[in-house]
Parts: sequence; C-alpha cells; structure tokens
Amino acid sequence: MRTRESTLWTWHLMAGAVIFVLLGLHMFIMHLSGLRGLGGEDVLSYSSVMERSKAVAYVIVYIVLLGVALYHGLYGFRKIIFELTLPEGAERVITVLVVLLGLALFVIGSYATITAFSM
Amino acid sequence: MGWLSGGRYGIERYAFTLHRLTGLAILAYFLLHILVGSSRMLGEETWNAVMERLDSPLFRYGEFLVYLAFAYHALNGLRLLLTELGFFLGTPRQPVFPYTSSVKRQRPVFVVVMVVAAIVVLLGGYDFFFHFPAK
Repeated sequence: MRTRESTLWTWHLMAGAVIFVLLGLHMFIMHLSGLRGLGGEDVLSYSSVMERSKAVAYVIVYIVLLGVALYHGLYGFRKIIFELTLPEGAERVITVLVVLLGLALFVIGSYATITAFSM
Repeated sequence: MGWLSGGRYGIERYAFTLHRLTGLAILAYFLLHILVGSSRMLGEETWNAVMERLDSPLFRYGEFLVYLAFAYHALNGLRLLLTELGFFLGTPRQPVFPYTSSVKRQRPVFVVVMVVAAIVVLLGGYDFFFHFPAK
C-alpha cells in the first residue's frame, strides 16, 4: 500500500537520481576545470559567473537543481530527526519548519538566478 | 547515538552511517552555498568582496572536505538506489544451508563505487590544490 511517506520517499530517491546527474555536471564544471583543458580560466571570477548566469540552460539547471537538492537534503534531515521518536506534535512542527526553510531558500535562490539572468 | 555503531553488521552499516554524516555536512554547506551564490545579483563589487573573504587555505581545505563528502555520498547513494530497485541482489532463492546473504552479493558493487569515488576525489584534489590553489 502506498502511503504519503512512501510517496515522499520515492520522490527522495528520484531527486537523488536527478542530483547525481546535475550536481555531477556542476562539479565537473566547477572543480574539474583544470582537467578539461581550460587552464587559466577562473570559474569563480565575476565575469565567468555572470557568463554562466546569462545562459538559459544554466538558469534551468540551477533552478531544477536548487529545488531537487533542497527537497532531497531537507527530507533526509527530517527523516534522521524523526528517528529520535519524537511526539507526533513535534514531528508536525519540524515538518512545517523544514518546508518553510526549503521554500524560503528556493525563493531566494531562484530570485537570485532570475535576477542575475536579467542583469 | 545508536545509529553510529555498526555492531555485528558489516562494512555497509558503517557506509550507511557515513552516508548520513556526509549528507548532513553537504546540506549545511548547501544552505550557505545558496546564500553565497545569490550574492552575485548584488553586483561585481559584492561578489569580489565575498570571494576575497572566502579565499583562504582554511576555506579551501573545508571546501575540499565537502567535495570529498559529495564524491562519497553521490556514489554510495547510487549503490543504495540500485539495491533499493533490486539490482545486484540476485534472484530470490530458498534459504538452503550454507546461507548466502544479499548484502554480500552486492558487496562488489560497494567496492566498485568506492574505487570510482576515490578516482573522483583524486581528480578533484588536483583541481583544488594544483590548478587553482588559494592565493
């Protein structure tokens, strides 16, 4: 029988698979640049950061990665906390706080991504 | 603290604990990363000031530890996802002596993903410390 928690767990796994691909790509670009034959390019210079920020593909990847990574990370955090066998009321409060934190960070990150794109 | 101990279980129990610890470390870093990355919308001056503040050997080593955690968490997570979906566990069979364990059947996958993680760490380590060393 599929319960709400098993659905959330399935999303957690699916988010993990998406992160594996997108974060792998992000890490390849940010931390393996020396091996890509791009010696001399500083991926953290403002011009380099803004060049990526103005590409539609990057904007899409950043927002999708932001959403799935926040879901995967905060859901995992929530499950670890729940293993402390807290009262039901406390679990509900934690769920609300985790959701609010995730939404707030998603709004901040998306706003920054869209603002940088239109600068 | 019960989940820190592997007890009589095998290496996978410690892999599970390390998966959680690296997950929590990555989450903490990620929350800060969102705020640091968002500072680009405040202009070049702010971005450069933030980058200058973070450009220290201490932060560089710390960032490499997060990269290490990423390599482990991502590849161990891939193994967990595959075993969750039933891959590498073999077909169900009667429990006939001498018993075999599905944990042992998937162990070669654990070894393979850890070797791949080590390669990813070595390649990233080169980039971290030799390509763009801290000023």
